[in-house]
Amino acid sequence: MAKRRIAFYLMTVPALVLFFAFHTYPALQGIFYSFTNWDGYSASYDFVGFKNFVNIFKDANVINSYVFTFKYAIVTTILINVLSLLIALGLNSKIKFKNFFRGVYFLPNILSVLIVGFIFNYLFANVFTVWGAKLGSEFLSQNILGNQNWAWIGIVIVAVWQGIAFNTILYLAGLQTIPRDLYEASSLDGASRFREFWSITFPLLASFFTINMVLAMKGGLMVFDQIVALTGGGPGRATQSIALLIYTGGFQGGEFAYQSANAVIYFIVIVVISAIQLKFLQKREMDL
Amino acid sequence: MMRKSTNWTITILVALGSLFILFPLYMTISIALKNSEEMARSIFSLPTGLHFENFKNAIEATNFFNAFKNSAIITICSVGFILLTNSMVAYAIARNMEKKFFKGLYFYFISAMFIPFQIIMLPVVKVTTDLSMNNITGLIILYIVYGLAFNTFVYVGYIRTIPYELEEAATVDGASTWGTFWKIIFPLLAPINATIGILACLSTWNDFMLPLILLGNQDSYTLPLVQYVFQGQFSTDFNLAFASYLLALSPMVIIYLFAQKWIINGITQGAVK
Repeated sequence: MAKRRIAFYLMTVPALVLFFAFHTYPALQGIFYSFTNWDGYSASYDFVGFKNFVNIFKDANVINSYVFTFKYAIVTTILINVLSLLIALGLNSKIKFKNFFRGVYFLPNILSVLIVGFIFNYLFANVFTVWGAKLGSEFLSQNILGNQNWAWIGIVIVAVWQGIAFNTILYLAGLQTIPRDLYEASSLDGASRFREFWSITFPLLASFFTINMVLAMKGGLMVFDQIVALTGGGPGRATQSIALLIYTGGFQGGEFAYQSANAVIYFIVIVVISAIQLKFLQKREMDL
Repeated sequence: MMRKSTNWTITILVALGSLFILFPLYMTISIALKNSEEMARSIFSLPTGLHFENFKNAIEATNFFNAFKNSAIITICSVGFILLTNSMVAYAIARNMEKKFFKGLYFYFISAMFIPFQIIMLPVVKVTTDLSMNNITGLIILYIVYGLAFNTFVYVGYIRTIPYELEEAATVDGASTWGTFWKIIFPLLAPINATIGILACLSTWNDFMLPLILLGNQDSYTLPLVQYVFQGQFSTDFNLAFASYLLALSPMVIIYLFAQKWIINGITQGAVK
């Protein structure tokens, strides 16, 4: 019996050691450096207390990156969830070539986010502009990614194009768990399609809705690949996300300690938002 | 019950929607096959002749086969080890949840799902460089370790639905814990292994950030990273760029064409459970 117990410990200990070494230890180091002024390559550094944290709240670039990232994440989350739910409803009804269309809508999920970004980068510059010109619209005939005020919409479009794939499949899985006879009963009662959706479909999808909202929001807050491929954070700093700012400042700007402090704040923000989202959405699940 | 006939309105709407998905992919293939003269005439038209020289040039310019080999090694090794090790860890946790150590371990691993990668991004480069692990081997180890957070959560949930009886019978027959896991539990994990394997495969193959910050030597670059590095050179030659993009996307697309149903069902099953 003791042998069995030892075997169970042996199964977990290597994972525990590696996880600590490459996940927890770096995270603790990040927190440690956030209280120093280390630039990432010098031999020495000093402790500066909470100075980095104080400066972060006064840093226009940091505030700008938070505003952009939140605006982007919220809009993307809503669009992805509305569209993927609609597509899932479509794919779940009696249509022809169901498997083919399901395959098409899921296709973007298997593609590299970076390369999709490069492809759209070209489309925004050379294809959509041609359409805009044909429509005679001055606004649409310019590259949206080069526009200080509207570049973020371009990133939203690409993220939604790719992001709906996974959520659609999850919603579709959810729809298939709803028993058919519920709909039969409601149609006998003469309920309208719209009524049916709000009274049967949507409440029964609650747990899938929760997962999809949390996943989409988390993905949105971490946005990095799309921005590297589409705008590099520009024009100016208009589309510099938090992740991109930490990366560029930390690795190229000699701000290792300062961006570590930024990352610590970012971590707290993500934890708080995830907790609120889960609590709020799960409460809603219970109420239903 | 009467079987309802096909709903054509929705079929048409779904078809129109799918054009939005397919259009960028049509453009990718068509631009990759054209030359600059054809591009000047019309960007939208189908290519008149098939310019496969774009692919030849892209393969040479980006050293495609080397990047493909790197991506393949990283993905295959990571996914293989993730399935073998993460499931084993989860098994030990799931069967000892009443013990403090294992319960603590469970929450320790899954709490990492809430930790954004950015907080470890800067120090992990330092740690891996100090250990001379800023290479393909190091990258594989990181993928296996970082997979633990999500995979422990999924595996533990699944293993707890497997009844104890089978294991007890094996123990009575004198099988060790290891033997029980490999011979009895692991085969039963096949459906959830499919889900985790597919998700891990997609995220590893398409990952850009970890190779970007970790890999020092250009010979070890992965497919997405190579596209990023060559982006500057591509800017003057779109046909070459798109041929290169298409090459980089194609391995996964080809697998998807053959295993589409299996991939989607794998993810769907995981979601329902």
